[in-house]
Amino acid sequence: MNEIVSIDRRKFIIGAATVGSGLAIGFSLPEGGPTVVRANDGSPELNAWVVIRPDDTVVIRMARSEMGQGTITGLAQLVVEELECDWSKITTEYPTPGQSLARNRVWKDFSTGGSRGIRTSHEYVRQGGAAARMMLVQAAANQWSVPVSECTVAKGVITHTSSGRTLRFGQVAEAAAKLEQPKEIPLKDPKDWKVIGQPIKRIDTLEKVTGKQVYGTDLKLPGMLNAAIRESPVFGGKVKSFDASKATGMKGVRKVVQVGDSAVAVVADTWWQAKSALDEVKIDFDDGGNAKVSSASIAKMLEEGLSADQAFVGNDNGDAKAALAGAAKKVEATYFYPFQNHAPMEPMNATARYTADKCEVWVPTQDGEASLAAVISASGLTAAQCDVHKINLGGGFGRRGAFQDYVVQAVQIAKQMPGTPIKLIWTREEDMRQGRFHPIMSCKLVGGFDANNNLTALHMRLSGQSILAAVRPAIVQQNKGMDPLVFQGLARGGEHGFGYTIPNLLIDHAMRNTHVPPGFWRGVNINQNCIFIECFMDELAQSVGQDELEFRRKLLDKHPKNLAVLNAVAEKIGWGKPPPQGRFYGLAHMKAFAAYVAAAAEISVSADGKKVKVHRIIAATDPIYAVNPAQIDRQVAGSFVYGLSALFQQACTVKDGCIVEENFDTYDSMRIAQMPKVESIIMPSGGSDPWGGVGEPTICVAAPAVINAYFKATGKRLRSVPLKDLDVSMV
Amino acid sequence: MAKLTINGRVHDLDVDPQTPLLWAIREQAGLTGTKYGCGIAQCGACTVHMGGEAVRSCTVFVEDAVGKEITTIEGLAQGATLTKVQQAWVDHDVPQCGYCQAGMIMAVSALLKAKPKPTDADIDEAITNICRCGTFQQVREAIHAAAKA
Repeated sequence: MNEIVSIDRRKFIIGAATVGSGLAIGFSLPEGGPTVVRANDGSPELNAWVVIRPDDTVVIRMARSEMGQGTITGLAQLVVEELECDWSKITTEYPTPGQSLARNRVWKDFSTGGSRGIRTSHEYVRQGGAAARMMLVQAAANQWSVPVSECTVAKGVITHTSSGRTLRFGQVAEAAAKLEQPKEIPLKDPKDWKVIGQPIKRIDTLEKVTGKQVYGTDLKLPGMLNAAIRESPVFGGKVKSFDASKATGMKGVRKVVQVGDSAVAVVADTWWQAKSALDEVKIDFDDGGNAKVSSASIAKMLEEGLSADQAFVGNDNGDAKAALAGAAKKVEATYFYPFQNHAPMEPMNATARYTADKCEVWVPTQDGEASLAAVISASGLTAAQCDVHKINLGGGFGRRGAFQDYVVQAVQIAKQMPGTPIKLIWTREEDMRQGRFHPIMSCKLVGGFDANNNLTALHMRLSGQSILAAVRPAIVQQNKGMDPLVFQGLARGGEHGFGYTIPNLLIDHAMRNTHVPPGFWRGVNINQNCIFIECFMDELAQSVGQDELEFRRKLLDKHPKNLAVLNAVAEKIGWGKPPPQGRFYGLAHMKAFAAYVAAAAEISVSADGKKVKVHRIIAATDPIYAVNPAQIDRQVAGSFVYGLSALFQQACTVKDGCIVEENFDTYDSMRIAQMPKVESIIMPSGGSDPWGGVGEPTICVAAPAVINAYFKATGKRLRSVPLKDLDVSMV
Repeated sequence: MAKLTINGRVHDLDVDPQTPLLWAIREQAGLTGTKYGCGIAQCGACTVHMGGEAVRSCTVFVEDAVGKEITTIEGLAQGATLTKVQQAWVDHDVPQCGYCQAGMIMAVSALLKAKPKPTDADIDEAITNICRCGTFQQVREAIHAAAKA
């Protein structure tokens, strides 16, 4: 660890999981035993996940990032469950991705997206806790010269049952660290869990209510300067030239630099000076070939895709086209979903310090390893010369994982001022212009019935943007040009499997990519897919005069977990009974990120149909296992704020190749007055199914449930997002 | 140069008087609990108290804050003793990412000063901060709890 980091730690370390970098790794070689790895305060490491200090403090290290979703609290619960330590004595720490790399990726995946924070790491972090406990108990048993089987352990204290002797974790940690790692690490039966499944409060709240949590934008390093940046607003455009003559004379300004081939930044003593000077830099951009693209031209391209001959098939059975041709009755509808920006409250930022032989970056990131890769590539240094210090995020929602453009920029600026730490913060306007946008998508659905009003065929034709074609082209290549992620919630089985059984089914995608860079936006492709399928299910049911719930039930009989969440919300809202006067109900469900979710919305609508009040949403979620119901409850309620803001208020439109909406005045977000009462039902089904996620799945069910309720209220079917463009607003 | 009174302390700051108060608080006074979210008084992440009233400090010039008592999130707790709003936030486990919460707490603290027992309608009218994580359900619970405390 270099000087900057240690100064930074002294200044800023403020409790759990703050500015990571406390893991200077030292090694000592005790005689005859394995290597003891030590934290930089000298405390022994039991394994990568667990360090125990002499005062019994348990330091739990975790590779996943905290961005509000509660993951570090949940992960700590998983470790503590098996470790049997005292919850009040834990603290958490982020290892750096460089440290992980140097230790053969001992912390495994850093990526915190796809609702994977807990569900894909629960097994190895629990094993980390269990292995540490086994070594601690063994060390105590060795000290007493008794068999391990005579010892019990609870709350960080090991007891020799017959003699009543006790040892605390802190007393045996040193000896335990010298033992061999156990080879067999049995985990508890879920029925014996005491910590997992409890609605424990988050471990990182105090700093957040006192203003002490250090976010990326708050970082201070000795000698640090601040940067503001403007990139070509037309995606793909380049800097032709820029005139900095006015800016360079302004107070505090140190340097005006070109960043890559597409941006200009001002470096100044303070960020406000940098931003003010940047406003005075005249930049001449070469817009490239994209300056003529508009929302209208994109809409035309998508419309063509709806009936194009070529499309990638994501799910099919039977012969949908033939069955539709011979159907006694056909129903058809076309839906639309726009580009949207993540707009986390904290704008993109990164702080970089570059010298000829070292480059370090401090960044709020959903994927420390992706950030590290960006630092290595932008600095031109080796992996061993680079590292990334993770900072808790002021929101991520998918913007800060796969995309590290701001990290690259910070390094590119820092390279032009070697030795000086540079903190780059985007303006909100830059953040809105340079998003990695929710993909734009249209969908034409055609359903066919036989003479007895049985649904015999469904064709869903998606037309629009692929995220993977832009972000993971290798996956698209492996799939012969198809983006399998487009079919989230509509896929042939798997964690995003389609729940309905329809004799003749065709779900296909005409890939229509634009110059607007797409990204993984909380929920990713389930947002539009759930609106398309769950609104159309209501349309189909209504076209044959059937109850919307009963209609779904028949088609879900092969998927009991889908059915269970749908039944749970229907029962709780009182589906089938008349709603209170002036209130209307709507339903939706989906399987997403291996979880099963459903929503029932209760709304009222003004007489002119223009104002919608969403009174409450009943939400059911089956994540298979529920680590912390209180935090799941918050994720569910929060996901509806994100999802309903998107439904009613948000679209990024394109004019002259640029994004039009530049701030919250034109890209609104729900306020407390609009917040429905959310009642969540958490119904983990357990068993051997893969664990489901909770950060994203429910986001998709609010919108179709509300649209379906709106039809009940008005008889008008809303098929285009955002609803503000249809003159329908949320009150 | 400007003389600003923040959390009861007078700061002599080397700052252009046309600088937004937000950035003087963050960069000159070094109090980073107050956050930048939008710069156009839409989101409320930068809410502080000026003369006892909640203001969005991104659109207040330093020159207009001179001579007024400014309170930021760092000025609420007395040592380890939280205000009842902060305590309600802890008790109700309100923050998610937390970035908007300083502004939210400042807005709520001003509301409770003006209306010690706010109704839901009062809350809806007065609290217009954006929270992208969507903590509103817990925010409302915590406001009522703080009002009762």
